[in-house]
Amino acid sequence: MRFDVNTKALLVAGMTAVAALAASDAALAQAARDQIRVVGSSTVYPFTTTVAERFSQTGSFKAPIVESTGTGGGMKLFCGGVGTQHPDMTNASRRITKSEFEQCAANGVKEIVEIKVGFDGLSVAMKKGGQKVNLKREEIWLALAAKVPVNGQLADNPYKTWKQINPSLPDWKIEVMGPPPTSGTRDSFVELVMDVGCKKFPEINAITDSKARSAACGKIREDGAFIEAGENDNLIVQRLASGQTGLMGVFGYSFLEENMDKLQGVLVDGVEADFETISSGKYPVSRPLFVYAKKAHIGVVPGIKEFMAEYVSDRSMGEGGYLEKKGLVAMPKAELQKVRSEVTGLVNLAM
Amino acid sequence: MTDMAAEPNQLAAMPADQGIHMTDKAKRRLKARYAAERRFRLIGMAAILFSLAALAVLLFTILGNGFTAFRQTHVQLEIQFEPDQIAPVGTTDTAKLMQGNYGALITKSLQQRFPEASSRSNRRALEALMSAGAEVQLARMVADDPSLLGQTRKVWLPAHSNVDVFVKGQVDTTAAEADRRIKDNQLGWINALKATGDLELRFNTRFFTGADSREPELVGVWGGVVGSFYTLLVTLAVAFPLGIMAAIYLEEFAPKNRWTEIIEVNINNLAAVPSIVYGLLGLAVFIGFFGMPRSAPFVGGLVLALMSLPVIIIAARAALRAVPPSIRQAALGLGASPLQAVLHHVLPLAMPGILTGTIIAMAHALGETAPLLMIGMVAFIVDVPATPVDAATVLPVQIFMWADSAERGFVEKTSAAIIVLLVFLLLMNLAAILLRKKFERRW
Repeated sequence: MRFDVNTKALLVAGMTAVAALAASDAALAQAARDQIRVVGSSTVYPFTTTVAERFSQTGSFKAPIVESTGTGGGMKLFCGGVGTQHPDMTNASRRITKSEFEQCAANGVKEIVEIKVGFDGLSVAMKKGGQKVNLKREEIWLALAAKVPVNGQLADNPYKTWKQINPSLPDWKIEVMGPPPTSGTRDSFVELVMDVGCKKFPEINAITDSKARSAACGKIREDGAFIEAGENDNLIVQRLASGQTGLMGVFGYSFLEENMDKLQGVLVDGVEADFETISSGKYPVSRPLFVYAKKAHIGVVPGIKEFMAEYVSDRSMGEGGYLEKKGLVAMPKAELQKVRSEVTGLVNLAM
Repeated sequence: MTDMAAEPNQLAAMPADQGIHMTDKAKRRLKARYAAERRFRLIGMAAILFSLAALAVLLFTILGNGFTAFRQTHVQLEIQFEPDQIAPVGTTDTAKLMQGNYGALITKSLQQRFPEASSRSNRRALEALMSAGAEVQLARMVADDPSLLGQTRKVWLPAHSNVDVFVKGQVDTTAAEADRRIKDNQLGWINALKATGDLELRFNTRFFTGADSREPELVGVWGGVVGSFYTLLVTLAVAFPLGIMAAIYLEEFAPKNRWTEIIEVNINNLAAVPSIVYGLLGLAVFIGFFGMPRSAPFVGGLVLALMSLPVIIIAARAALRAVPPSIRQAALGLGASPLQAVLHHVLPLAMPGILTGTIIAMAHALGETAPLLMIGMVAFIVDVPATPVDAATVLPVQIFMWADSAERGFVEKTSAAIIVLLVFLLLMNLAAILLRKKFERRW
């Protein structure tokens, strides 16, 4: 009967589909990888991808695949274990923490090579053409913290204009656009600006409980003076350029560098953000960037050693190298030498 | 109502030819009802006008920003393919030919053109006019045709993105020199090249044939298009048969009881589940449990298939329900088995509706990024994928990543990629409309 044939055909088709799926799983899982896989920070992503592209153009290896998962997420994947289903390298916009290092070791990732890439400056910027201002970090803290000292007591932030904070500052409404709490850039901003700025006030230092103190330092006001602008820094750039004078934004230095025709930086503690001041550490709001590589994968996935060598080479990281053109702030020469010898010698990270 | 009931005496006292509908009050009410209708129409038209205006603004900005990306600044240089810098004449080994020092050839050609730029900083500024992709293009040329060694050719090479956005006027060309990425000396060279016709906007083929890059002048959407194609292929291959089978069973064969009701409610619920949830599911099941590779269109296709399955089932059931029962009864009356009745008569008649629903589900899947984030398809991938298990991204992910890049040149590329995506969506929706128009049956 026709009817039977059709049912059978359907059944067979279904079974075949399931079998094919299962078979392809097995095949996929066992296939060796011939491409390096990198995960991690979105701040390091533009640099690692640039190196990956150049690496594939010149060498005889396929271009590494670079995912942008955030520093924490990248560490979790990286420390997941040894084997080709785990990534070979991870980008980080801060150093690996002790607990992450231990987590790695617990999963068998015992030998890690640390590549210090360079620095990333966090710039505070505004529309071009206004008065050039110089903000101290304690002033930024006073402008943006949720609670600030008023007559010796911590109270809801009363400041509406910069002039109220310091009479020498212009009479602009306090309006700062910045990243949301999920962003690594926000973490850095809190750590490098807010946490430092708040230490200048006896009312904060009087708090003995360290947790309550760091909460008081890092909590950003939510009454509209600080505008959370999402993860897209280009959006902040556009809104600054079309907004009123006095509207400020916080984002990575490479975005300021790329948009110098529209924006100008705000001096922080009297220092202008540029390649030199960030590299030398004079500009206070900067952080080092890292890439971590799994030693156990060298020789298993082709090209890891060569990729690392390309990363630390003169034409990429050196003065005038292609990473500098992408906005990376390179390390001073002596430090670069040290990093290079450690990376090419595959020195293990110890904590 | 209330005032009518309150004044019965007045009604009775009215002349016969006027009646209840001709009183002043009734006329006022009538006027108010017409006014309410006019207001409603106006509000409705305003709503449509508003959405049309929003669409127009969107299209206008995207087209305005994006169209320039289809043409790219190129510079014509006279390149001497010196064997000293590449490999001895007669070499045919591709790897060796690719490793030549092509940057030196470009620098030399530029310097011959502008001998005054001899200092170190001037030479740097001169080199900065050209894209990093120019060297790769020359290397490919020689690898494809080794007989070029020792010859001199005029070649159109891509200019750096800074030059491109400057020539297109996308940066403030009147800003002070310190704030411009193109300095005064470079401006002079650009103008000199322009004057002799050696610098012009040429059709950007790379944009349609290349994959992702960190240099805005070298990016292309082809990698994303192929990735999207493989992903949708897998989605279609999985979701379409499964969806139809589930719909046929539920609509034609399943008994109507509590269990099928529960299943029905769940399918309707699944259609409304946020797509990121399917991504998490894919991460846990396909990558975590089955050990499939990250970033593969195969996995992305499976995830999107799960996502579009409920939509396809609902559309297919609606289409099957729309086939009149008389068709089934006639088939059964002539001795067809229930399965024959469904497969030979009901399903073909329901097919246009099912296909329309499927295409719309596919179009939805084409624009999806959130679930792909979880399974590693939001990644920088330089190579165009050759199979569904190679690492790949999809078009919307490509747009998302370009929108997040610092380089100014990516602004127009982002809009141009959106144009490409919109064209694909438009084509798919057009196909759905055509199918419906061509095969639609009315009973």
